[in-house]
Amino acid sequence: MTARDSSSPDTPDGPSALTRRRRWKRLATGLAVGAPLVLGGCNMYPTYGASRGATTQGRDTFKLYSGMMTTGIIIGGFVGILILFTILRYRRRSDAMPRQFHESIPVEILYTGIPVLVVAFLFLFTVLTENNVDATVPINARITTTGAPVLQVKVTAFQWGWRFDYPNNNVSVSGDVTNGPGGLGPQMVLPVGETVQILLVSNDVIHGFYVHDFNFSRYALPGVENRFDLDIVRTGLFPGQCTQICGLYHSEMLFTVKGVTPSQFQTWTAGEVAAGQTLGRNPLPAASIPPPYTHVTPSNALAAPSSKKGSL
Amino acid sequence: MTTTVESPDLIEPEEPGGPDGHGPGGHEAEHAEHGPSGLLKWLTSTDHKVIGKSYMITSLVTFFISGAMALVIRAQLANPTSSLVNFQTYNELFTMHGSLMLYLFAGPFAFGGLANYIVPLQVGAPDMAYPRLNALSYWLYLGGTSMMTLSFVVAGGAASFGWVAYAPLSNSINSPGAGTDMWLLSLGLTGFSAIFTGVNLVATIFYLRAPGMTMFRIPIFSWNMLVTGILILIAFPVLFGAVVMLFCDRHFGTHIYSVQGGGVPVLWQHLFWFFGHPEVYILALPYFGIVTDIIPVFSRKPLFGYRGMVFATLSIAALSTGVWAHHMFTTGVVLLPFFSLLSYLIAVPTGIKFFNWIGTMWGGQLSFQTPMLFSIGFLFAFLMGGVTGVLLASPPVDFMTHDTYFVVAHFHQVLIGTTVFAGFAGFYFWYPKMFGRMLNERLGKIHFWLLFIGFWVTFIPQYVVGLKGMPRRVADYLTSNGWTSLNQWSTVGAMIIGASFLFFLVNLVQSWRKPVPAGDNPWDGGALEWFTSSPPPHHNFTHLPPIRSERPVWDYNHPEHRKEESHGDKRHREHDQEKVGASS
Repeated sequence: MTARDSSSPDTPDGPSALTRRRRWKRLATGLAVGAPLVLGGCNMYPTYGASRGATTQGRDTFKLYSGMMTTGIIIGGFVGILILFTILRYRRRSDAMPRQFHESIPVEILYTGIPVLVVAFLFLFTVLTENNVDATVPINARITTTGAPVLQVKVTAFQWGWRFDYPNNNVSVSGDVTNGPGGLGPQMVLPVGETVQILLVSNDVIHGFYVHDFNFSRYALPGVENRFDLDIVRTGLFPGQCTQICGLYHSEMLFTVKGVTPSQFQTWTAGEVAAGQTLGRNPLPAASIPPPYTHVTPSNALAAPSSKKGSL
Repeated sequence: MTTTVESPDLIEPEEPGGPDGHGPGGHEAEHAEHGPSGLLKWLTSTDHKVIGKSYMITSLVTFFISGAMALVIRAQLANPTSSLVNFQTYNELFTMHGSLMLYLFAGPFAFGGLANYIVPLQVGAPDMAYPRLNALSYWLYLGGTSMMTLSFVVAGGAASFGWVAYAPLSNSINSPGAGTDMWLLSLGLTGFSAIFTGVNLVATIFYLRAPGMTMFRIPIFSWNMLVTGILILIAFPVLFGAVVMLFCDRHFGTHIYSVQGGGVPVLWQHLFWFFGHPEVYILALPYFGIVTDIIPVFSRKPLFGYRGMVFATLSIAALSTGVWAHHMFTTGVVLLPFFSLLSYLIAVPTGIKFFNWIGTMWGGQLSFQTPMLFSIGFLFAFLMGGVTGVLLASPPVDFMTHDTYFVVAHFHQVLIGTTVFAGFAGFYFWYPKMFGRMLNERLGKIHFWLLFIGFWVTFIPQYVVGLKGMPRRVADYLTSNGWTSLNQWSTVGAMIIGASFLFFLVNLVQSWRKPVPAGDNPWDGGALEWFTSSPPPHHNFTHLPPIRSERPVWDYNHPEHRKEESHGDKRHREHDQEKVGASS
């Protein structure tokens, strides 16, 4: 289904890690499918207004969201109806003094214990999904369809635009809302069906990298390189936008992601190179800060992809 | 305390001494007899009731200013690419809306206003433990509020980086104006005013309780104010430290939050949210307390699960100090499962509170006067805000919705549920006590229903538009986004909320022009504040009833039911006998 699933076992973190990841994934999928059924929803994953996701990570997130929303509607609905019932049933009908009871220990234990179980249940699904969403492939893994190293895109946010560098392909795209097609900001072209690793930094203040159809956002921080994977599953145009207030033109800091087939992607990169849109040809606006420190060193990332979580 | 002299019906008021042995009472009595009058009296007053009213009036003015800003924001968003206000003004408006509401209305209205007035009455004290500190707290607060409000008129305008002021946007390069410095200074001033009030609340509740008022007989509102006071002492010093460091970065060349000098911008977020999440409960616990005091009165029953309520409050407070990084899930630099688990766990004590409120109403005789209506409005508002909050405790769902209108709708439902529904429930409930006159029921109910309808019309579309991808703090959006009609619904709802407050203002004016006397206990309330006159005399009490439960006035007025209650709960009766034995 995804590029990561089809990866060969000769990746640096070895077959055991991959098998483990698959097993977790299968367990997570099984539970995620089972949960809403247990909860009584016949429509398996209602959207509740959200996007179903255009990446494997976004789809996992969507399933978690949908399951939690179903749980929330059931529990919230139960409590809401209980309140409504109580205020209608016990509205004042006479001046008789009601029975003056204070407590009921069994009932209190019941409504402490059940929420603990519900919370434990939600936390389990959260961790399983989070592991899927947060997992990053080792940086040198050769898992693209062409057998090339994993495609990396370095995304640099700045006031008030975006720059997308493709070190594998020597391509660089940069601009603000006045550039890109249709006034939607610069465009990040990505191949569908491959794992793309995003290295996200900021050139000045904190920005938010957010693509609605990916069900994902991450801060672009100055001085810290954030890394995450995207496995886009369908072609199309996905609008993105800065979500963290970053100054005057925050609301104009748009970009789009265009998902294309791998062959279209190769054609596009060749065209960009031919047009001179190569690395180093797109200087950033006068940077207020020096280039970011890389807090996640490649060796760290090889050893433990999740090690970035704890670092500050 | 000293020995309890017990007459058959009433105990004479003690003059509870402060920790240093001589309480504020004697000093205050002289003060009242020989002190100045008129404006000078107000300026020099150390009476908790005067200070409480000053706090309340100032914070309500702030509320209306800030609410008017919200209406401008909503008007701007009613149309895509609207140009009602420019980007800079828009950024200033939402920054000031958030700052005024959170720092200067929601907290001070509760702990400076209502709690300042009500807590000494509920625990049977003549005043706060440190009356002069209390006065200082108010004047610092007034200074801070004026400073933040006036920052609109300085060159460069008010602060425009959102109420959270993330570094490095708030540094001197990105926000050079004096407005930012005034914002920081205002936070320093009001931070100290909060700390002083927190000290006062904790000391008053620990040391100035009337004889017989054991810890487990304190009304829940005062219990919650005790916990709020402790949380203030935990959270606000951290904010002050963060603010001082930001000020140093801006003016003295330090690099605490800037990458250039080896600083860490995310440090600001850690410090801010270490303050900010307890702050959320500083803003919520007082209002939980208000509702917990109101529901039993209008159900004619005691609170269901008093001890459970106290422990729920304590565990919410404890958990609130360990969940700050759930505001920072998308930074990529925090340990996700830990903060996620603790955030989830807060749902448990909050759920206990809900079931206790329902249990209190269960089997009661409910009447729906204005305070009760607002309390029920709070239950529904907070239920929805709470359930969506559980979703946000999950990091993947947070990645999906962070900084979108989904989050905006979530915290407005929580905060309007608490500060507005529960806050005005408390205002309608205690107004007769404070001013000796009733508010009009019909106008109060119109206020409630307009607010309740407007509330849902405003925020349900915001959840949806957030799930459709609209980020927060944007001044405009594109027609092609498809967010227009949802935003227009939200704007209509906001205008209905705005209109509802006109009825509140008319109600206030009417109560002054045609007063309806309230009497001492218009609602058949059970806590000590309903035993004294309305408004209370300078020392609050001329005498006190025996205190044998958390609602001594109710016991006093309904002695026949007190007996039944003791039969129903053997432990309470034994507890009382122990206490009588110990004190005599």
